[in-house]
Amino acid sequence: MPFRVSRDGADTLLQLQGDWTALAAPPEAAELLRASALAPSPSRRLRLMATGFHWDSGVAARLFSLARLCEAEDIPLDTTGLPEHLQKLLALASAVKNPPEPHPPAPGLLALGWNACRAFQASLVGFLAFLGELVLALGRVFSGRGQAKGRDLLYFVELGGPRALGIVALISVLVGMILAYLGAVQLRQLGAEVYVANLVALGMVREMAPLMTAVIMAGRTGAAYAAQLGTMQANEEIDAVTTLGLSPMEYLVVPRLLALVLVMPFLVIFANMVGLVGGALVAMGMDVSFTQFITQAREAVSLADVATGLVKSLLFAVLIAIAGCQAGLQSGRTSAAVGDATTRAVVHAIVYLVIADAALNILYNLLGV
Amino acid sequence: MGGEAVIEVRDLTMRHGTRLIQQGLDFTVARGDIFVIMGGSGCGKSTLLKHLIGLATPAAGEILVEGENFFCASPEQQKAMRRRWGITYQRGGLFSDLTLAENVAVPLQQYRRLGKRETAELISYKLALVGLHGFEDYYPGEISGGMQKRAALARAIALDPALLFFDEPSAGLDPLSSRRLDELIVQISESLGGTVVIVTHELASIFSIASNAVFLDAESRTQLDCGNPRTLLDHSPHDPVRQFLSRGGTEPGHTGVSP
Repeated sequence: MPFRVSRDGADTLLQLQGDWTALAAPPEAAELLRASALAPSPSRRLRLMATGFHWDSGVAARLFSLARLCEAEDIPLDTTGLPEHLQKLLALASAVKNPPEPHPPAPGLLALGWNACRAFQASLVGFLAFLGELVLALGRVFSGRGQAKGRDLLYFVELGGPRALGIVALISVLVGMILAYLGAVQLRQLGAEVYVANLVALGMVREMAPLMTAVIMAGRTGAAYAAQLGTMQANEEIDAVTTLGLSPMEYLVVPRLLALVLVMPFLVIFANMVGLVGGALVAMGMDVSFTQFITQAREAVSLADVATGLVKSLLFAVLIAIAGCQAGLQSGRTSAAVGDATTRAVVHAIVYLVIADAALNILYNLLGV
Repeated sequence: MGGEAVIEVRDLTMRHGTRLIQQGLDFTVARGDIFVIMGGSGCGKSTLLKHLIGLATPAAGEILVEGENFFCASPEQQKAMRRRWGITYQRGGLFSDLTLAENVAVPLQQYRRLGKRETAELISYKLALVGLHGFEDYYPGEISGGMQKRAALARAIALDPALLFFDEPSAGLDPLSSRRLDELIVQISESLGGTVVIVTHELASIFSIASNAVFLDAESRTQLDCGNPRTLLDHSPHDPVRQFLSRGGTEPGHTGVSP
């Protein structure tokens, strides 16, 4: 037996013995307490004794639970019979009796829904407030009273433009091929393979090139903006910007936004061309020559079609920059908060993109372009 | 004590959302003071500093800096007020994508129209003042923590501010570097004729440089006492203040390292 219960005058004596560290399952606290109830004493006092007793942290933790149980049941516990170190550790663990405030109870389903509505409202208001501040800052920068630096603009243009060409090319060529295959299956039944060119060209120029480029830039540049600004927030650099008399909006957000707005149209034009090449590659496998494909594509696409795509890309650039910078500036000061900010930047950007794309398509449809 | 009041805090209440941080704060910082905001961890020292420099808005009460309320001032006035302040942050707050020289240049370019050579000269001078001569082209990530704190100090004094704010200047520094930084702060503030507000819980710093202090208590969420820490050590009527200043009573007398 690892322990023995006896009576000593008015007290119950719990004698711990042997090498508890070697036991496969040392007795549980509740078990010890139950066992000691076998020898009820008038004073209800429980005295712990130990002889030839080996212990480790696991045993100490068990005795700590026993002390807690005794406390809950109002049984006085005397540990003076334990080895000295163990006594000290137990005393240390019980020293601070400062239970933290209980967590508020989990909200019910109705409250959860209400909270979600409130959060949505708050994010909408936040977005509009950010947009308003941004417009004011842009106004100041363009009237020459702003604090944005030209050097920053060039830096962000390089970061977002040339370095994104590789990934944009890869995605565009694949999307071009996907569009071609999609059309080919249907058009082959009609013997009209050459019209694959129309599908690819219109699909890329009006829809896929702006949208896919924007998704890439949201994941690449939007996330980078959020991470940069979030880290600056964590480092108190944003505070420093403010107290040095600079406006974070003008000094940090405007160069990032303008850089993205500048590079997006060029990236989309590039994506259009690469996408056509991708489509042409598939078409060549269906006995449509490259020249035939390009000629057909040129007839299908008007300048207005290209313009609709570019207008989309400008709006997308603004939305990606806003999502990234807003998430970054409103980030908390911990590493986890910076991670959250980055996630939020990408998720918000993609939601904005899809909503804006749908809205623009409806508008184009109404305008007949 | 004595001298004209530079910062007056009147019955200030600070909240973080709905959570109360501190209430009933009421103290005055006189010109030429080295004023320490002290208290245990998490009692709201840094939050108080953020209120003083206008980064957080009071829930109630008033803060007057050189007779003006920052939160009622127009943007132009706010900018003019901030021009007279130098601030270093707990985590340095240096712009990590700029070199030390460029960091110091930010406030100079912002407020003063100087020629290229004049700016460069002024930057070298400010960096040399804090013992970083020759480190102009280093990035904050390439130098040690103590050097970063000093670089932040160089940026804070770029415009010869009348008021210097430090948030935990010696946090994370070894005792010697921390003492050197303290001495630097005292020397620079004396030569600028400015007033210094420091947030710290380092007893050595408190005793060696502070001329006045306020003690914030985390438990009662209010200020317990206000005055010279050497006097407070023996004569404060409040137990927590004496306990704090004597390290829980383990250190006989004060352990001040005299400058």
